[in-house]
Amino acid sequence: MYAQMVETGVDAVRTAADMGGDERAFQARIDADIRIEPKDWMPEAYRKTLIRQMSQHAHSEIVGMLPEGNWITRAPTLKRKAILMAKVQDEGGHGLYLYSAAETLGVSRDAMTADLLSGKAKYSSIFNYPTLTWADIGAIGWLVDGAAIMNQIPLCRCSFGPYARAMVRICKEESFHQRQGYDIMLSLARGTPGQKAMAQDALDRWWWPSLMMFGPSDAESVHSAQSAAWKIKLLSNDELRQRYVDQTVPQADHLGITMPDPDLAWNADRGHYDFGAIDWAEFHAVVRGNGPCNRDRLATRVKAWEDGGWVRDAAMAHADRRAARAAAAAA
Amino acid sequence: MTSEWPLWEIFIRSQHGLAHKHAGSLHAPDAEMAVKNARDVYTRRNEGVSIWVVKSSDIVASCPGDREALFDPASSKVYRHPTFFPMPDEVKHI
Repeated sequence: MYAQMVETGVDAVRTAADMGGDERAFQARIDADIRIEPKDWMPEAYRKTLIRQMSQHAHSEIVGMLPEGNWITRAPTLKRKAILMAKVQDEGGHGLYLYSAAETLGVSRDAMTADLLSGKAKYSSIFNYPTLTWADIGAIGWLVDGAAIMNQIPLCRCSFGPYARAMVRICKEESFHQRQGYDIMLSLARGTPGQKAMAQDALDRWWWPSLMMFGPSDAESVHSAQSAAWKIKLLSNDELRQRYVDQTVPQADHLGITMPDPDLAWNADRGHYDFGAIDWAEFHAVVRGNGPCNRDRLATRVKAWEDGGWVRDAAMAHADRRAARAAAAAA
Repeated sequence: MTSEWPLWEIFIRSQHGLAHKHAGSLHAPDAEMAVKNARDVYTRRNEGVSIWVVKSSDIVASCPGDREALFDPASSKVYRHPTFFPMPDEVKHI
């Protein structure tokens, strides 16, 4: 999940008794699965929560380009390099779809960028882990994009029109990402013992962080409950995580590599895999800024923004001058 | 820091013969760059054969509050649809 622990600004789920006429009509439309569009009336808390969620999602796409970008120059073949460049370009595109969808709610692109660069806005914890070997590129496509798809498919039905439409477009493209990752893992798993060991090592390092992507158990969270009532969160974190585990374990079996979880076992009674306890202390440390790469990721984004400043200025100055010339010629 | 690049709405025609359809929006300093950026952002997989860009600030939209006044009158005029008129089975080509 690219948006984790999104605050809703409420301390209890809004009930009909809390709501005025506008809000009751708004909630009735959501309950009837009618999409909310940017110019429709909406509660301020819904608007702000969506801005937080969508901008966090967009930031994750943009920061998510960094761990993979790390391997573009060192991809093992030209074919892998071309594929990886296309994949990373897609992530940039996904960030842009989401930023512009968020802008329909009245927040500016620059304000969202400023919040990312100052550390005020979050992005997914997963991108604060390093990509140490080429196998990590396979593991990210397979596991991280797999987890993202699991989260994003239900969001295609979310209540806010521009977000849902962006998600439809993104989901169509994500499937390529996951398959290219699994394809890398397949090549390694079928390769030399050393290559297979690389695949196993990548799985060992990425499995638990990918489970953390879905966020903490949300049974207790008032924010999750409110987001569910607003239909901007369609399934609980635990539900999504379980589906992800059930779907991914057989894929690891096919590769002949092993999940780094001694408690992982099929539970015939539940019809699901049981899995071990997640280290939430690690998750919270990463979210607070103390993951292996937090400082590096943010510093890279800040540098890109600052180094690109003169380009943005020059392009705007050029456009202004041409517009002024055209106006003078017309006069 | 300078001001933000203006926002453009992007319309893509997916195939010859179909209409341009709204695809999304993006920021660009001018129309030419908007077309170039739209090509990278919205047509990476052969989604289009033609791109229109329109400054978002130039779009005039109907107001959600006018929805009933604008669109409800049409719902009582079902006779505008051909299926309103039952035709005898033996009458063909109509």
